[in-house]
Amino acid sequence: MGASGSAVEIAHLRKTYGALTAVDDVSFTVAEGEIFGILGPNGAGKTTTVECAVGLRTPDSGTIRLLGLDPQSDREQIHEIVGVQLQASAQPAKLRVREILDMYSSFYRQPADVGELTEALGLTSKLGDYYKSLSGGQRQRLSVALALIGRPKIAVLDEMTTGLDPQARRDAWDLIEGIRERGVTILLVTHFMEEAERLCDRVALIDNGRIVALDSPAGLAAQARGGKTVRFQPSSQFDERLLTDLPEVTGVEHDGQHVVVTGTGELVNAVILALAAAGLTARDIQLDSSNLEDAFVRLTGRSAPEGTSRKEGALT
Amino acid sequence: MTSLTPRLTLPLSTKVQRNAFGKVVLNEARLTWRRPIALIAGVALPVMLTVLFGELPTFRQSPASFGGITIFDAYVPVLGVFSLALLALLGLPIPLASYRELGLLRRLSTTPVPPSWLLAAQGLVQLCVAVTGLAAILVLSIVAFGAPVPKSPGGLLVSVMLSIAGLFPIGLMIAAMSKTAGAASVIGRLAFFPLIFFAGLWLPRALMPPVLLDISNYSPLGPAVQAIQSSMLTGFPPVQPLLVLAGYAVVFGFLAKRFFRWE
Repeated sequence: MGASGSAVEIAHLRKTYGALTAVDDVSFTVAEGEIFGILGPNGAGKTTTVECAVGLRTPDSGTIRLLGLDPQSDREQIHEIVGVQLQASAQPAKLRVREILDMYSSFYRQPADVGELTEALGLTSKLGDYYKSLSGGQRQRLSVALALIGRPKIAVLDEMTTGLDPQARRDAWDLIEGIRERGVTILLVTHFMEEAERLCDRVALIDNGRIVALDSPAGLAAQARGGKTVRFQPSSQFDERLLTDLPEVTGVEHDGQHVVVTGTGELVNAVILALAAAGLTARDIQLDSSNLEDAFVRLTGRSAPEGTSRKEGALT
Repeated sequence: MTSLTPRLTLPLSTKVQRNAFGKVVLNEARLTWRRPIALIAGVALPVMLTVLFGELPTFRQSPASFGGITIFDAYVPVLGVFSLALLALLGLPIPLASYRELGLLRRLSTTPVPPSWLLAAQGLVQLCVAVTGLAAILVLSIVAFGAPVPKSPGGLLVSVMLSIAGLFPIGLMIAAMSKTAGAASVIGRLAFFPLIFFAGLWLPRALMPPVLLDISNYSPLGPAVQAIQSSMLTGFPPVQPLLVLAGYAVVFGFLAKRFFRWE
């Protein structure tokens, strides 16, 4: 088992394909039971990183340990404890869901119960169906089922919600949270901001093969913009200390008729209550809450690849 | 570039592994049954040709150049090899190439079961289809169309096994060269037509001029026909065709192992 409760330890990982450096000096550790996100634009090196981690590729240099095991030299044990969901991997069209699950379950010493697993994944009614008749979301869930069927201690999920409709994506998120509750450590590769924000305990932001930031989603967002911003027009002039004394407030600036307050926590409530207590009102209130998407744009210097923008939340 | 080293061994030492291999074979068998390319090519088509040739009046003649046997008798080994060739050149490589295309071989590399088991299972299923096809052709020829009972059953068994050992690795090599199932199908068919000519499908070996017969003797299908025919008509086959088949098994086995890509 891994020292100090680490499920995944990657240090100075490097992988090149000819002249192209896909992964360059990537290091991170994932604690047992954690959902760890690897986020970045297409071609950033996310998939190469996890493919090295699960032993599908040999790194040029660096060390990888999964619960203390080396994916290259301890292959057999790694395959027992790590469940993998690969990007773009399909099953033969004319096999039934039950037949596919039965076969994969026979590979492991202590497989999960097929009935329970399909129940949890909402595949029970599809057990008798051919793979070719499954929808994209159902195929994705089957793929997740196959990753979990060996009762892995670590699950590696590569772009598992890509190509799913919004409802199927939300179902998949619930599913991942359910997996974590079973004590499984999850390495989640994604290029959806919203997904990483919703699910991950910590996120490594990868760009051009390097980690550009590693923090909790909220921490990354805060790094990018110093927290939330409230902008309003006060009914009259007031002493700035009214707001700077509040624990939620980190800064107050003036912008013409407007006041711009930055801070954290329940910033809007705190500001409005303080103004009301001083007999003032605020008009034209705007809340600007920076998120992972801002962090992405700021840290990689390019626009976010995809994901819903929900930066502006106008009040009143 | 990749660390997916082929593990062609079958470590069936534990109960879990034996059970797992059984399940892989079972699913391969189901796929072969549900998309019956191999059953059509390896059994239905050669059986239909056997009936057709058996019913042709001209095939009941025994010209002097055929050494006392009927034209039909001379065609029985050719039909058997026709079945083996279709299985080796199309039946085996098409599913294997499609598994690579689907990412299945890569997917299996992340489980305790090595992807080479899928090759082994597919080979085993194709072997069963081949044996079924050959048995059907043989029984039908003898019972319905008066072909002679094989002189050397042992020789026939050795000839068939060496033919399969020589031809299946050629199919693995086709699977190795093909990025997609479609490509495997094209390469397999391109290889099939010239090879089946030298097996004597259109021009029986007995009528081939010396140059063509020499080529036939060293082409993969010629020695298979030669060995099977000898076992049926005269006795245990001569060493030469068996050695040629063994040579194909070794060379293409090595090439397939060397060039097969798991992703």
